[in-house]
Amino acid sequence: MPVFFAPLVFLLLVLGTAPLMPGIASRTKSLLTGRRGAPVWQLYADLWRLAQRGAVYSTTTTWVFRAAPVALLTAVLAAAALVPFDGHRSLVSFSGDAVAFAYVLGFGRFALVLGALDTGSSFEGMGASREVTFATAVEFGLLLSFAALVIATGEMSLTGMLGEPLAMRWPAATTSLILVAIGLFALLLAECARVPVDDPSTHLELTMVHEVMVLDHSGPDLALIAYAGAVKFALFGAVAAAVALPRATWSPMASALGLLGGMFLCSMAVGIVESSMARLRMVKVPLYIAGSVALGGFGLILLLR
Amino acid sequence: MQSMSDLLLLGIALSDFAALGTSRLSACIRAVAWQGLLLGLLPLFLEDPRSWHVITLAAGTIAVKAVLLPRLLRWAMREASVRREVEPVVGYMTSLLLGFVALGVSFAVAQRLPTLEHAGLLIPTALLGLITGLIVLVTRHKAVNQVAGYLILENGIFLFGLTQLRRVPFLLEVGVLLDVFVGVFIMGIVVFHINREFDSISSAQLSELRDQ
Repeated sequence: MPVFFAPLVFLLLVLGTAPLMPGIASRTKSLLTGRRGAPVWQLYADLWRLAQRGAVYSTTTTWVFRAAPVALLTAVLAAAALVPFDGHRSLVSFSGDAVAFAYVLGFGRFALVLGALDTGSSFEGMGASREVTFATAVEFGLLLSFAALVIATGEMSLTGMLGEPLAMRWPAATTSLILVAIGLFALLLAECARVPVDDPSTHLELTMVHEVMVLDHSGPDLALIAYAGAVKFALFGAVAAAVALPRATWSPMASALGLLGGMFLCSMAVGIVESSMARLRMVKVPLYIAGSVALGGFGLILLLR
Repeated sequence: MQSMSDLLLLGIALSDFAALGTSRLSACIRAVAWQGLLLGLLPLFLEDPRSWHVITLAAGTIAVKAVLLPRLLRWAMREASVRREVEPVVGYMTSLLLGFVALGVSFAVAQRLPTLEHAGLLIPTALLGLITGLIVLVTRHKAVNQVAGYLILENGIFLFGLTQLRRVPFLLEVGVLLDVFVGVFIMGIVVFHINREFDSISSAQLSELRDQ
């Protein structure tokens, strides 16, 4: 069996189940608020429906607008290839790929923002400016969390940071790693445009952040963006789960179940957060992000001791 | 035991940050109450839990710091009918960052202090509490918030005291608890009177006091 077989299977597993995560989150929310809600596989149906439609392009847009969704999805898939989902190794790994992970995701966001600005709509420009404002802070938090993992394991690549070295270090540094995991989860809510930062179910242009950037995309383009969002959600969920409970010593089967369980719990937690609190006012969002960055930094300082 | 006490200390440090980052007085008071509860549980995990000294200290701390004082502060808040600190001297974002700096400083300083018995998180958390209390005390206008800052400061001192748990006589600690209680009680009354006199509990207004 080639050495990349297990990482590839796990990667495909994550890519295949990623659209379930927003579904589970919204289903949890419906159940907690006493509604029946959409089925868990709603996003698959949406993607299928969108993929069959044609795309409408405004005459003011250029090739940048058409390239944006493809660039976004490519970037997210490239980032996914760097994460060791099975707890051992990733498809691609090199020293310092944690930084690459953060900036490949950053490139995807950059492409989406360019696409939004290309429409020439003032609304999309507003959404883009908000998204970038929050994203700069989130990126700092992400790198700080990775720095904590680097200090904990002494490894410079995600394969080491989330693989065996982390599992060896875990019993001694449980509290700080749990802190880092909670910080990552809080960053997930900001990065994936979930409730305290952005409300995926609202369609009021004045308060939208992420949604407003994709207003002009339609058909297959919108499907690509929605799928990329789901994969990003799954990525962050899987990384947070791997930090909270490393699975390097588990058998492949148990590890796969652990991965799916972690992603399931993560989306349920998102649903619980969404049904228990309202989104924050726009001016409060930096404070929220600072708090989640502080959690990661706190873990870092504890590890430095 | 060690990891349990570390977890409690972590909770105390997080409640420091919660007090720094919130604009609602009730949330600040809640953070202080949680801090008092965790502080009260802490001696049980630091020392032999069966000694009467430790049990009474824990019960007394929880009763005063987690129940009585927060209730008093809530009463003062209700009487003065204030909900939130509108314009602190330093913004919440900045005070959160200051808290973060304080965290780094307290860990750095704790390593340089001459040997103390508990090398764990106890000393850094105590220092963090001291600095956080100071920040809240200095940067907030509302008197209720300032009292909360004083309590956080006092909690930091209490944590320092825990390193010497075996050497300090029981009576002294109970005396300190009582002092704090009386202090906060008086502050609560004062807050109430400031409010009645000036229609506001912003301490900035106090600078306008002058002889008739």
